Amino acid sequence: MADLHSAQSGHEVAGEPHGTVYQRIWRPFLILLVVTVAEFIIALAIPDSLMPKGYKNALYIVLTIAKAFYIVSFFMHLRFERAGLIYAIVVPLAFIVALIAAMFAEAGYMAG
Amino acid sequence: MASSTPSATIETGTWAGGKLPFGASFGKLMMWFFLLSDAFTFSALLIAYAVIRQTHQAWPLPDAVFNSVPFLHGVNAPLVFVGIMTFILIMSSVTMVLAVDAGHRYDKKNVILYLVLTIIGGLTFLGCQAWEWTHMIADQGVSLSGNPFFDPNNPIYFRPDGSPTGAIQFGQLFFVITGFHGFHVFSGVIILILVLVAAIDGKYHNRGNHYEMVEKVGLYWHFVDLVWVFVFTSFYLL
Repeated sequence: MADLHSAQSGHEVAGEPHGTVYQRIWRPFLILLVVTVAEFIIALAIPDSLMPKGYKNALYIVLTIAKAFYIVSFFMHLRFERAGLIYAIVVPLAFIVALIAAMFAEAGYMAG
Repeated sequence: MASSTPSATIETGTWAGGKLPFGASFGKLMMWFFLLSDAFTFSALLIAYAVIRQTHQAWPLPDAVFNSVPFLHGVNAPLVFVGIMTFILIMSSVTMVLAVDAGHRYDKKNVILYLVLTIIGGLTFLGCQAWEWTHMIADQGVSLSGNPFFDPNNPIYFRPDGSPTGAIQFGQLFFVITGFHGFHVFSGVIILILVLVAAIDGKYHNRGNHYEMVEKVGLYWHFVDLVWVFVFTSFYLL
């Protein structure tokens, strides 16, 4: 019971912050910003003749998953949680992302 | 009559009760599982979008649809406005992290400051979305039953009765998916306002759990940002 109480009072749960404010907040923010700007550059500045739409789309999906990784792991703090919680959340999400990517790539066959 | 004897052994393992197997409090764990179920909802919508879009040759070009900015009438500025919206949402995520961080330090003043900034960011995003929807519906004529983005020389853009249409589903999918996301932003703003009032009241300060409620609403807010990352890619880039 004492164990539970100390856990609920936050000493075990909240833990110490991991890394400096720059590492935890501003570096992920800068990465998100740079990746988003890169997406706009790909969309607007690079003509389709230089880089076919198919390659662009693949790149967009990779960059989107990279952004999702930084939001979930740093902003939502998931990478500092216990392994059990990480797997409980990430494994279903990985299947979802795979299904979305598969549908974008394969659904065209339904058009016949 | 013999009274029931207490069990000889008391379980003491991680999962025997009275412990936190995931190292997270009940509320935080349930928030994570709620967000996972919400992710299923959004992915159902996005998977439907992917399938419907891939089975239709006639799909509006994002650069042609999303090319307007408020106060710059008639200026062709593809994706500029949605870039501003994306930036606002990322910034509100950062102020949310800063609020959570201040909560860990029991810094009530900064918790309030950053919660207010996050609420302003959320409301600004909602305002931008309201403008975008109004522009699409009133000026461009996108609706649930059709849109004006079609090529008159291409037969795939015409219904059997001869009336022109872009892919009808474009408007349906756009309004349903961005509307569902906007509804989440709206709910998030309401929850943030409730948390702000309680934080000003000193309610979380006295709980002695490092402002965990701010952390939980923060998880929700970052999830909304996360969904926008996928909505943005699906509708504006692909």
